[in-house]
Amino acid sequence: MMEFLSVLWFFLIFVLIAGYFVLDGFDLGIGVLSPFIAKNDEERAVLRRAIGPVWDGNEVWLLTAGGALFAAFPDAYATTFSGFYLAVMLVLFGLIVRAVSFEFRAGDPSWGKLWDACFFVGSLLPALLLGVAVGNIFAGIPMDAAGDYAGVPLIGLITPFTLLTGLLGLAMFLAAGSCWAALKAPLPSCLQARAARLRLPLQVIALALFAVVSVYALVLVGPEMDPNLGILRWLFAALVVVGLLASLVVGKTSGDDLKAFLAQSASMIALVALLACSMFPVLVNATADSVGPAITLANAASSELSLTWMTIILCIGLPLVLVYHVVIYRTFRGRVNPADLEEY
Amino acid sequence: MEAFADVAVLSRIQFALTVAYHFLFVPLSIGLGLILAINETRYYRSRKPEDAAATKFWVKVFTATFAIGVATGITMEFSFGTNWANYSRFVGDIFGAPLAAEALFAFFLESIFLGVLLFGRERVSPKFYMVSSWLVWAGSCLSALWILIANSWMQTPAGAELNADGTEAVITDFFSAAFNPSIFARYTHTVDALLIMGAFVAMAVAGWYMLKGRNAEFAMKTMRIAAVVGIVTSCAMIVFAHSSAVVVWNEQPTKLAMMEGMYDSEVPPLYAVGIVDEDNQEVIAPFAIPGGTSFLATGNFETEYPGLNELAQTEEYGDMVVEDMPVGLVFQSYHLMVAMYGLIMLTSILVLVFTFKGGRIAKMRWLQWAAVLSPIWPFIAIQTGWITAEVGRQPWVVYPSVTGPDGVSLLTADGISMSVSAPELWLTLGLFVLVYLVLLIGWARVIGRFIKEGPVAEGAAAADAAAVAVVAADAEGDVVVAEAVAAAGDSKKEGE
Repeated sequence: MMEFLSVLWFFLIFVLIAGYFVLDGFDLGIGVLSPFIAKNDEERAVLRRAIGPVWDGNEVWLLTAGGALFAAFPDAYATTFSGFYLAVMLVLFGLIVRAVSFEFRAGDPSWGKLWDACFFVGSLLPALLLGVAVGNIFAGIPMDAAGDYAGVPLIGLITPFTLLTGLLGLAMFLAAGSCWAALKAPLPSCLQARAARLRLPLQVIALALFAVVSVYALVLVGPEMDPNLGILRWLFAALVVVGLLASLVVGKTSGDDLKAFLAQSASMIALVALLACSMFPVLVNATADSVGPAITLANAASSELSLTWMTIILCIGLPLVLVYHVVIYRTFRGRVNPADLEEY
Repeated sequence: MEAFADVAVLSRIQFALTVAYHFLFVPLSIGLGLILAINETRYYRSRKPEDAAATKFWVKVFTATFAIGVATGITMEFSFGTNWANYSRFVGDIFGAPLAAEALFAFFLESIFLGVLLFGRERVSPKFYMVSSWLVWAGSCLSALWILIANSWMQTPAGAELNADGTEAVITDFFSAAFNPSIFARYTHTVDALLIMGAFVAMAVAGWYMLKGRNAEFAMKTMRIAAVVGIVTSCAMIVFAHSSAVVVWNEQPTKLAMMEGMYDSEVPPLYAVGIVDEDNQEVIAPFAIPGGTSFLATGNFETEYPGLNELAQTEEYGDMVVEDMPVGLVFQSYHLMVAMYGLIMLTSILVLVFTFKGGRIAKMRWLQWAAVLSPIWPFIAIQTGWITAEVGRQPWVVYPSVTGPDGVSLLTADGISMSVSAPELWLTLGLFVLVYLVLLIGWARVIGRFIKEGPVAEGAAAADAAAVAVVAADAEGDVVVAEAVAAAGDSKKEGE
């Protein structure tokens, strides 16, 4: 039972991460893209309104994933959050200034430039650094006997590989952002056309980065991977590529913005699934010269009773969360129209 | 100065600073959430445009406040891992679940239905909109429940045991851990304080409009809602505060000793004000009711409670160094909180009486001023209350309470992150001060603007437009323009 629960929670953590990646992915992407695709205040307002009703709920997926990691694998939570201290703080400051920039931008136009800048920087920091963090737990970090990070603060976390994973994450966020902007901006409009045009190059870059990161990971990083999951890894890797290609082709040819967005999202889910299958059963890899061992299911999982209650909480909570999401996305379906902007 | 390089001290400063700041905005959003929901329910029944305008006004104020609450709340969830890694390892088996539950059950509810409130007036039915306002408030109350379950477990651990190698607290009984001895008292005490805060802020806004002689109808309606919520919550506080104190008396002897400045065992008297002379280990107070605190705790004037020096001799509390205990701070915080409650009660009664006695408050400038200043009292009470609760449990982060399981306790200094250094902490502390200051200024500007604009009903907006049209058509002279602007102002007031 214990083994089943810890394996279940290993994958549930990644389900929550996938939820975050797909949902907050597009709104972080819009934050980073906004200075480049929105040319005036009205277009910026359209972009904010495109994510206004949903971004806050999307961000809660990150908090849920963090809380669940804390509860299910306390050692992994403690080691990564304290080991990546300055990087986590940068993500945090990003999320903070971003969160307030929405409401303050609407309520205080004379400081609009400051809040626009906060929206951009606050979106860029998490969009880039979350991928860097993933690169580190995948490639491994040096740990001492107590399981604490033993490398150089911040600078020690930046290697060619982790930079590439950071850029891959950023490219996926941006591609998702362009898909969402193309889906929600009024049709026809310059903003919509710009966003739609941007999908192709961003997805090509994401594909290229995915190929580079994959080869790099297999050849130069080469951590041990569970041989039983080999087929799944190939399947999800293929899905990442197919999803991106499908989104790219649909976006280019048919102009069906919803399908393009969904294919992009499927590709992002597959990327997280691929990561989970490549990591299992390790949560945080250790470098070769590390004193402490890698953090795994075996040495980091909470007790059986704790995981049982977490499962009960999730079984009640997750269906509710999904219902809320259906409600909000249905209520605000369709493109943003000028009347919506006056409302707020 | 050693303290400047002490990671434990710096981590505590950072946590104290960020949590106190977070708790400036949480009380406002939970408190105002109720005012907002009541307002929207009034609109749902009346369908008057001015009631819709009132809701819109509160939604705007609420959202700007809620945004900071959310943003600074992320800091709190992250900081257990970033700054208190060893603490997280020790309590993760128990403490993580309420945090995950808070996100699943509360944060999603709040944030998603706030999206409906902000953008959905024209898109959902009036009933759905009204229900959304209550769901947002329910979400914020649920959030408070889960985080207070976690916090109360740190004060009075239960349903757990120490694992074999003594490095972790492991859960043995979920319900005993969640419904630990202090949760009911502390939850009701805290949430009631937040509702008082909301009522007083509503009073302040209404009082300000009365002083300025504008938005008269909105001001009076708001004052009525605030007066009722204020008096109910202030009266309920007597019960909740008392039961909270009973928990401290029964479970946390060192906190009680600090609250009353008891270095040596004694029958605790009741002080209104006093000074703790930490060097000579005594309380200097102008007057005291002998045995008063003993009476409140037990119903008789003779029960002796142990002092810090006696407690330091016991095995359970032996880690405490009496000379280092922040007795003065806890004593003053606690007594200041109680004093603020006196002002809260007084304000509640005055506002209630003069609001419902023919609305006489509309002409009483001194009471309007008292209303404008009134949020200061619950604000101080809430902050000092939390200082009492959290500084009072030092030097432990997981407190060895009287009924707590053996060995399930952790010294604060043992809970830090070993991989975080003092210079890194200085850097992040500086950034927090800078970013949080900008946030505070930004928030004040936005809220100031909302209050200045006030609630504007649809009808008034139309009247404004008409006035502008008059100005445009009749560009003969400044006098005409001035008259038209004045007329627009008048019609605005009537519209409310």
